[in-house]
Amino acid sequence: MKKKNTSVKPLNFTSGWEYAPAPESADHIHLEKQYELFIDGKFVKPGKGKYFDTINPATEKKIASVAEADEQDVAKAVSAARKAYDKVWGRMPAPERAKYIFRIARMIQERSREFAVIETMDGGKPIRESRDIDIPLAANHFFYYAGWADKLNYAFPNQQPAPLGVAGQIIPWNFPLLMAAWKIAPALATGNTVVLKPAETTPLTALKLAELIRDSGLPDGVVNIVTGAGRTGAAIVGHPGIDKIAFTGSTDVGKLIQKSIAGTDKKLTLELGGKAAHIIFEDAPINQAVEGIVNGIFFNQGHVCCAGSRLFVQESVADMVIQKLKDRMETLIVGDPMDKNTDIGAINSKEQLQTILKYIEIGKNEGGEIYQSSCALPGKGYFCKPTLFLNSSQSHRIVQEEIFGPVLTIQTFRTIEEVIEKANNIPYGLSAGVWTDKGSKIFNLTSRLRAGVIWANTYNKFDPASPFGGYKESGFGREGGLHGLMPYLKF
Amino acid sequence: MAQLQIPDFRKSTIVDQVGIEERVSRFNTRSIKKESKVKGLKLVLSMIDLTTLEGKDTEGKVKQMCYKAAHPHDALSGLPTVAAVCVYPTMVGTAKQALAGTGVKVASVSTAFPSGQSTRQVKLLDTKFAVEHGADEIDMVISRGEFLKGNYAFVFDEIAAIKEACGTARLKVIFETGELSTLDNVRRASELAMHAGADFIKTSTGKISPAATMPVTLVMLEAIRDFYYATGKMVGMKPAGGISTAKSGLQYLVMLHETLGADWLTNKWFRFGASSLANDVLMQLVKEKTGVYQSKEYFSAD
Repeated sequence: MKKKNTSVKPLNFTSGWEYAPAPESADHIHLEKQYELFIDGKFVKPGKGKYFDTINPATEKKIASVAEADEQDVAKAVSAARKAYDKVWGRMPAPERAKYIFRIARMIQERSREFAVIETMDGGKPIRESRDIDIPLAANHFFYYAGWADKLNYAFPNQQPAPLGVAGQIIPWNFPLLMAAWKIAPALATGNTVVLKPAETTPLTALKLAELIRDSGLPDGVVNIVTGAGRTGAAIVGHPGIDKIAFTGSTDVGKLIQKSIAGTDKKLTLELGGKAAHIIFEDAPINQAVEGIVNGIFFNQGHVCCAGSRLFVQESVADMVIQKLKDRMETLIVGDPMDKNTDIGAINSKEQLQTILKYIEIGKNEGGEIYQSSCALPGKGYFCKPTLFLNSSQSHRIVQEEIFGPVLTIQTFRTIEEVIEKANNIPYGLSAGVWTDKGSKIFNLTSRLRAGVIWANTYNKFDPASPFGGYKESGFGREGGLHGLMPYLKF
Repeated sequence: MAQLQIPDFRKSTIVDQVGIEERVSRFNTRSIKKESKVKGLKLVLSMIDLTTLEGKDTEGKVKQMCYKAAHPHDALSGLPTVAAVCVYPTMVGTAKQALAGTGVKVASVSTAFPSGQSTRQVKLLDTKFAVEHGADEIDMVISRGEFLKGNYAFVFDEIAAIKEACGTARLKVIFETGELSTLDNVRRASELAMHAGADFIKTSTGKISPAATMPVTLVMLEAIRDFYYATGKMVGMKPAGGISTAKSGLQYLVMLHETLGADWLTNKWFRFGASSLANDVLMQLVKEKTGVYQSKEYFSAD
């Protein structure tokens, strides 16, 4: 059945049966008009009294004002964290620490619906994803690391693991609560205290997490959450009282951080950009591979550092894969993120939408053959159609640079050697995907692809027990699993 | 001499079970509300093959079921009839008579249903008997033993022979997927049956557990899609057995809609083999109309 009959009329996905709107209710959530900084167990006003707006990218409406922390505010947060580390948290018996972390995990589960709705309002991701993926995974991370808290001596036998002190953590806007969990859970489990800065476009779930942490009875100052943009982040990175920086975000900022802490004894982990190769061999389960391609690039509007954004298809099945991919794209529902049937929500911010559109223009000018699904976009809000670039070349900028949006480049290949060379020929090395029914081929590729995470016959699977991190310009250090404890310990 | 274009079924398309199950769970997150729910429920009702396949079937029971098929719930206006009734060959005449003028089709199981453990000759006679008594559709079973043995040519010839015996009656080919053990086998059987001339492919007899499941049905729908793109021929799908709630009916419909598109959203190309599904659909339709659920006693049990 490999030959396609070109005279056949394509399947019709545009009419027939439309799903009525099924919006998730936002009635049950409570949001303040204004959010302060969470320092030493209390919400306090910023010293300079400055605030910025956080908006809903699907409606372009303001949701709340959020405090902007300056150097002094950050210094207060760091000294609160230091005090909590010296007096309480660093000395607390590990089983006691574990109890607090378990409690946070359970409370996230209890309030999961509220978190899901706010995550979707503030960030634009579909409610299906925040409900089924982001929030449950965030709770699971706390559960997982709570379990390690009193077993560090078994994780690292005869190495006398000890906490570092105060961890400064800066997280991105693509998985706001989940990234907070990835950062906070291992830091607490290992006995460190935390100053965390969420991204300026998506601060709300981190601030709701601050409320939850306050309600959980975690000792004051163990977790401090300060909001703001790049300047606030720079203040955290530059503060001499910080023992460790954990950053997830763009490669450019990661390089700046690395430069600015050079010469200090701060420890550093960076989880940066990516441009993953997603490789489909002719002997793959093609129908499922197409689903994997869709999950790889259109999950979270493509705002995923490990997104499978460079598709490599073996030439013998390329036409078939592209045909199936186009059909599948017709069934993706783009629109109101709060609708339970939405597959692709809003782009996180106006700036990001402009970046994506700029790259689409670049792609067209480079001569890439563009294909977009026929869906209509809402009149308001920041939206982008799922986009393919067929016949892409290795030297196209859209192939080389991270777009961080629902844009997939497609290249074909003939031999294994060729695809490995092309897959590795990129400054990034965060993730990759391989689809083939042949186990030996999978192992051959996983050992030769230079990427931190490689999925075989699936894509974008996350688990707290599985380490995650990159090679090359995708950063260093691992989060998740046993490996995720190490960056927060000295031996 | 022209070569027949029959593929090598040992090389049928590979299926990944984990991926299939993931896709199914994603279909099941679709939330079908309000007018789309009513439209969907009516579609489900119109796609039902109301079925009775028991040794103790009587003519009276078949007649009553036929009335139900044409008048699912007269208390509610604007309802479609079901697509067909499905009976044993000996009941075809009775059903045909009872359904005259209603537009509801009569389907007959055949080929030594449900086990298929008989000779080609008997199976052909079985089929011809049903067709002669007026069956519009024939639901045959494949010889699973020969299929599992790898004797694909035997099964291919069997289907082709029955298809010929059907004349103008549409042929549904039952795989009994509960006995095929892997999704790869389901895919292989689907390709084989479609190439041999099946008008419909059908999961199960309803006599073996598991009967129809969403993963199995998805594999078959994908096979139908690939066959369509390869040949231009549309083939129908019939999951049968184990689908008893309106909710799962809608989930199957979502899966159909997003795999094969609008052209298959009709009872010409999709059927549910079910007996208790109809009443649950009716109960939901009445609820959508009146806002309250009625008890089971308000719906005739035929």
